[in-house]
Amino acid sequence: MSALRLNMMLAAALGLAVAGSLFAGRVWLDPASTPNAAVILAQLRLPRALLAAIIGAGLGASGAAMQGYLRNPLADPGLFGIAPAAALGAVLCLWLDLATQPFALPGFALIGAGGAMALLALIAGQTAGGTHGLALFTLAGMMIASLAGALTSLVISLAPNAFAMSEIVTWLMGALTDRGWSDVALAAPLTLAGLACLLAAGRGLDALVLGEETARSLGIAPRPLLFWLVAGVGLTVGSGVAVAGIIGFVGLVVPHLVRPLTDRRPSTLLVPAALAGALLLVLADALVRVLPLVTELRLGIALSLIGAPFFLHLLLRMRRGLA
Amino acid sequence: MLAAQDLTLGARLRDVTASFALGTITAICGPNGSGKSTLLKLLAGLERPDTGFVTLDGARLDALDARRRAQAIGYLPQSGEVAWDVAVRDLVGLGRLPHRDRGAAAITAALEALDLAALADRPVSRLSGGERARALLARVLAGEPRWILADEPLAALDLGHQLALLSHLRRAAETGAGVVLVLHDLALAMNHADRVIVIDQGAVVVDGRCEDALDHRVIERVWGVPAHWLGEPGARALALG
Repeated sequence: MSALRLNMMLAAALGLAVAGSLFAGRVWLDPASTPNAAVILAQLRLPRALLAAIIGAGLGASGAAMQGYLRNPLADPGLFGIAPAAALGAVLCLWLDLATQPFALPGFALIGAGGAMALLALIAGQTAGGTHGLALFTLAGMMIASLAGALTSLVISLAPNAFAMSEIVTWLMGALTDRGWSDVALAAPLTLAGLACLLAAGRGLDALVLGEETARSLGIAPRPLLFWLVAGVGLTVGSGVAVAGIIGFVGLVVPHLVRPLTDRRPSTLLVPAALAGALLLVLADALVRVLPLVTELRLGIALSLIGAPFFLHLLLRMRRGLA
Repeated sequence: MLAAQDLTLGARLRDVTASFALGTITAICGPNGSGKSTLLKLLAGLERPDTGFVTLDGARLDALDARRRAQAIGYLPQSGEVAWDVAVRDLVGLGRLPHRDRGAAAITAALEALDLAALADRPVSRLSGGERARALLARVLAGEPRWILADEPLAALDLGHQLALLSHLRRAAETGAGVVLVLHDLALAMNHADRVIVIDQGAVVVDGRCEDALDHRVIERVWGVPAHWLGEPGARALALG
């Protein structure tokens, strides 16, 4: 399937999913008969659907870029430690009881993501392109993720009261409940900037198909490539965590779903992965809204419930391949 | 002209000076760990020497823009890594990255030169070892480099595929490219190269015509194996003892 045709099909499916999801919810919306339907659509459902699409696009493209960079189908944007660091920032904001201040929660999360990006660049930038550059880079990301996770646990354990602890833990589960246009205004430009950075890394990711050494022989400079990648993943994942909390598995699962429909070059996977990520998150968010549960299932939990078995399926397939 | 001037890199290479001409095939031979691959990487600009420098047409290679260097020098590593299961045409197309164009004509020419046109849409995972080696060389040719630097391109290939690949490299040299190969097989170097550089313990032992550089005394001194050549020039076989 040609790249253009695939992208157009995914974009059409995304458009339909966004339009359909506007009507889906605990209460199915009928514009003709539901009271205040226009307000519900404009102020609640539409920003929420757009936010799902924006965050999903960022996570899908980041996952595709990470897998391309590490040349590993099991790589995930979480490996960089940016999402856990952004979550740590947000948790600190909740712990300090500053979440009611305008933009404080996403602001803290973005500071966390920025800190992780700076730390990664500082550690891995020195070794980019070296013999063990990729291994050191992965280890640095994992250590940042591990440290941010430990600090998040520490903050939770030091929560001043049970309500604060519950608030933090619930936020960490990831959700789009009660998000509005201000969240869209925050996430959209940052995600778009992140996607532009990832697209700028496309040529370098293609060269890495042949390994680091050959990529350098093809004129690809390792440090600028690392810069575009860290900036792209940082902006997309950081802004996503800032407005919705941790939403896992999209970055891992989506590239796998889309890759067989592309020519498998990392650069041609970026746009379809962004569109498919957006589509998946819009559908998943519509699903959690219509499930007949006492409280709405958190989006992060729903995606983990879908993603974890998929990951296991992948591992089993790889094991069979190795055997 | 591609030239190395007093290249030293740690204990791997010591004061290596050599120059390479367009239109010829030069083989770099030596025992394991002698510094052959290190020299090739330095010539390709992939490693920086501690002292000395490489020049391309008189200009320092390390001062050259990475993209311009990549347009001039095609490097084929030993590993043959292909991370994703791309089609042969897309693999070969990666050779156009330094040019930042689609280069459809160059890709088609490279596919045809290596008899890969029929396999253009086949995924790399479904190629035989010989086909894969040809596809990787086609990737280098698609970049239309003036220099082809290949590290053990014949390793793991059977005799027929070795000869086929060498004939492609000879054709590239005849059309004006400078070809520098790291080779382990001394008979292939003797029969197919125009010139041989023998390296041992990071230093050049001999640099000259094949008959001189791979003289039985050199082989015994460097490889520690008594041997002698059989047959006529161009069809030599190495007999041990």
